[in-house]
Amino acid sequence: MLKINGLKAEINGKEILKGLNLEVKPGEVHAIMGPNGSGKSTLASVLAGREEYEVTGGDVDFEGEDLLDLSPEQRAGEGLFLAFQYPVEIPGVSNINFIKTAVNEVREYRGLPNLETKEFMKLLKEKQQLVELSGKLANRSVNEGFSGGEKKRNEIFQMAMLNPKLGILDETDSGLDIDALRIVANGVNELKTKDNAFVVVTHYQRLLDYIVPDFVHVLYDGRIVKTGTKELALELEEKGYDWIIDEFKETV
Amino acid sequence: MSMSDEDKIIEEATTGDYKYGFVTDIESDLAKVGLTEDTVRFISAKKDEPEWLLDWRLKAFRMWEKMEEPDWAHVSYPKPNFQDIIYYAAPKPKKEYESLDQVDPEILKTFEKLGVPINEQKALSGVAVDIVMDSVSVATTFKDKLGKLGIIFCSFSEAVKNHPELVREYVGSVVPQTDNFYSALNSAVFSDGSFCYIPKGVRCPMELSTYFRINEANTGQFERTLIIADEGAYVSYLEGCTAPQRDENQLHAAVVEIVAKKDAEVKYSTVQNWYPGDKKGRGGIFNFVTKRGICAGDNSKISWTQVETGSAVTWKYPSCILKGDNSVGEFFSVAVTNNMQQADTGTKMIHLGKNTKSTIVSKGISAGKSQNSYRGLVKIAKGADGARNFSQCDSLLIGAKCGAHTFPYIECQNKSAKVEHEATTSKIGEDQLFYCNQRGIKTDKAIGLIVNGFCKNVMDNLPMEFAIEAKKLLEISLEGSVG
Ligand SMILES: Nc1ncnc2c1ncn2[C@@H]1O[C@H](COP(=O)(O)OP(=O)(O)OP(=O)(O)O)[C@@H](O)[C@H]1O
Ligand SMILES: [Mg+2]
Repeated sequence: MLKINGLKAEINGKEILKGLNLEVKPGEVHAIMGPNGSGKSTLASVLAGREEYEVTGGDVDFEGEDLLDLSPEQRAGEGLFLAFQYPVEIPGVSNINFIKTAVNEVREYRGLPNLETKEFMKLLKEKQQLVELSGKLANRSVNEGFSGGEKKRNEIFQMAMLNPKLGILDETDSGLDIDALRIVANGVNELKTKDNAFVVVTHYQRLLDYIVPDFVHVLYDGRIVKTGTKELALELEEKGYDWIIDEFKETV
Repeated sequence: MSMSDEDKIIEEATTGDYKYGFVTDIESDLAKVGLTEDTVRFISAKKDEPEWLLDWRLKAFRMWEKMEEPDWAHVSYPKPNFQDIIYYAAPKPKKEYESLDQVDPEILKTFEKLGVPINEQKALSGVAVDIVMDSVSVATTFKDKLGKLGIIFCSFSEAVKNHPELVREYVGSVVPQTDNFYSALNSAVFSDGSFCYIPKGVRCPMELSTYFRINEANTGQFERTLIIADEGAYVSYLEGCTAPQRDENQLHAAVVEIVAKKDAEVKYSTVQNWYPGDKKGRGGIFNFVTKRGICAGDNSKISWTQVETGSAVTWKYPSCILKGDNSVGEFFSVAVTNNMQQADTGTKMIHLGKNTKSTIVSKGISAGKSQNSYRGLVKIAKGADGARNFSQCDSLLIGAKCGAHTFPYIECQNKSAKVEHEATTSKIGEDQLFYCNQRGIKTDKAIGLIVNGFCKNVMDNLPMEFAIEAKKLLEISLEGSVG
């Protein structure tokens, strides 16, 4: 589904991703961990097509297409979704209107007609329940005045509405209380099928108790320096990153 | 409107050029180029006007000759040559119209292209439409229904013929002939417009709606509107306009007067979309409008809501004179400027009566190399005990080459008054656009969403069906402003 090959990217002349490789197949969940500033959000942004980042090397194949050739909205249309680490506020635009616009734009990209209001409302109700998002939040302006946890939950709600092929979650677990964490994780698990995939960026092993990953990667200094199974996350929790960094430095 | 129609409009809109730029071919009655006393007499004669109105016009003309064009507004443009303008043009009246079927099909086609459903649908949705095509009303519907309630809704000329006593009493009573350069000009040469009278205690059961349209090349457009709400009456009045594409600048100097008596309420909503000129600023309408209402009686209310997206240069300050005690004035405005457009718009709230209240909400959106200014005056007179004003002026910038300016003036002569002013300036952020893009929303659409969100508390004041058009208009007028 997603094949990243030697990806290099910089921002303001500073190289952040330094030759990153990653392959994600349908039905898989990948966790990406790594110290602050190692490039996790950068990877997510580059995949989503943020213009500030300049790709200086490598290629990315998404479902047989050259992902880097597509605009951000085309990538969304192709089924890529990014749950932002810091969701953005849009004053005056109701959450419902926003997601309705998004759903219909993505449908248009795929050559489908707009959803009838009735169908849309049905979908809305269903997905709202999935992440236990209150009706009040649905009617408020996008993320405006939402608590940190509410914003994250709203991201998962939007993801559920758009039902992407590839969902990238950038630290969706940070700032969530225990209940919210469980709700968000349940949401992801409900959405999971054998045809879609998730890349979950996290600092905490705790989330991975709920969303069980097939692979755990450690991102350090713009590269994936270690890949393992879910046990790796436990090991990291216990020992930190130093041993991996040392291991990596020896091999370079 | 069916789905496919809507799609078509969106598609047309996305081609970027001003989509309402087409010209209707109708034979016209034209005045000679230029403005002299004879021009004024010609217009008055053309319209078969009574002596008193001709005198009234001539008085305005003589004063206008001595006046200078104002230049205090934050706009710059080549001054129009007033001797180069044709001051009167009217579609040739073939016969009296009893129904829309009799109206020139060219005119109806024009409205179809505009997506204005001037037909049975509109009738069913309860809107009476008085179309002003160039300067003469060519169709009026719903007269009967309104007539039964004693409501008069007709063209200004008809009102002069059929209700001279009302016109004579009120015309110029809110905006005197010599109020300013453009009102004087309008008073001298106004061609037609709308007249509306709501009798005592009557609530007008439908929105009254007028579509204006400039249609003759090189023709000045001088509309005159007079709305009178008698004691305890209520009316919601809609004015919307679009204009065909032109190379030369066209001058538009309208006057709107509103009188609200004791316990009366008038809600006046405008969507203004005159041709703004091309990307380089060529062509486009000069829009110098004087709009003013007087809350003459106690507990009366006048509310202005405007969405301004068009014109090359806009100069417009819908105002309220709050004379009656406890009277209320409101001004809700969205002004969008793109490319080379310039807008200097705002309001005046003149508090004379006790416990008068005014609210001003102004949302300015600037894109391209445009300049957008808010200019507002809140004046509290000595006797206006307990007067209150709240003003909120927000500016939104798209790109780095445009300008937003705020000129709030406050004159307060009464210590018990309370005047509050808030102002903000913000930019559409890359973050917001990327967030929308990531959700599959194209940049133009995203700007439309963000801008409509920014204007929400103004748009919420528009009547429902108007709001839908206005929202679309905001999107269209900002197309291509990023990237
Ligand atoms: N606009 C910018 N200009 C310069 N450096 C930047 C810019 N944006 C990000 N960086 C740098 O890029 C590096 C990677 O940042 P990134 O946000 O990808 O880290 P991260 O792995 O997501 O960290 P965290 O765990 O704290 O979220 C950091 O050193 C950061 O300071
Ligand atoms: Mg990060």
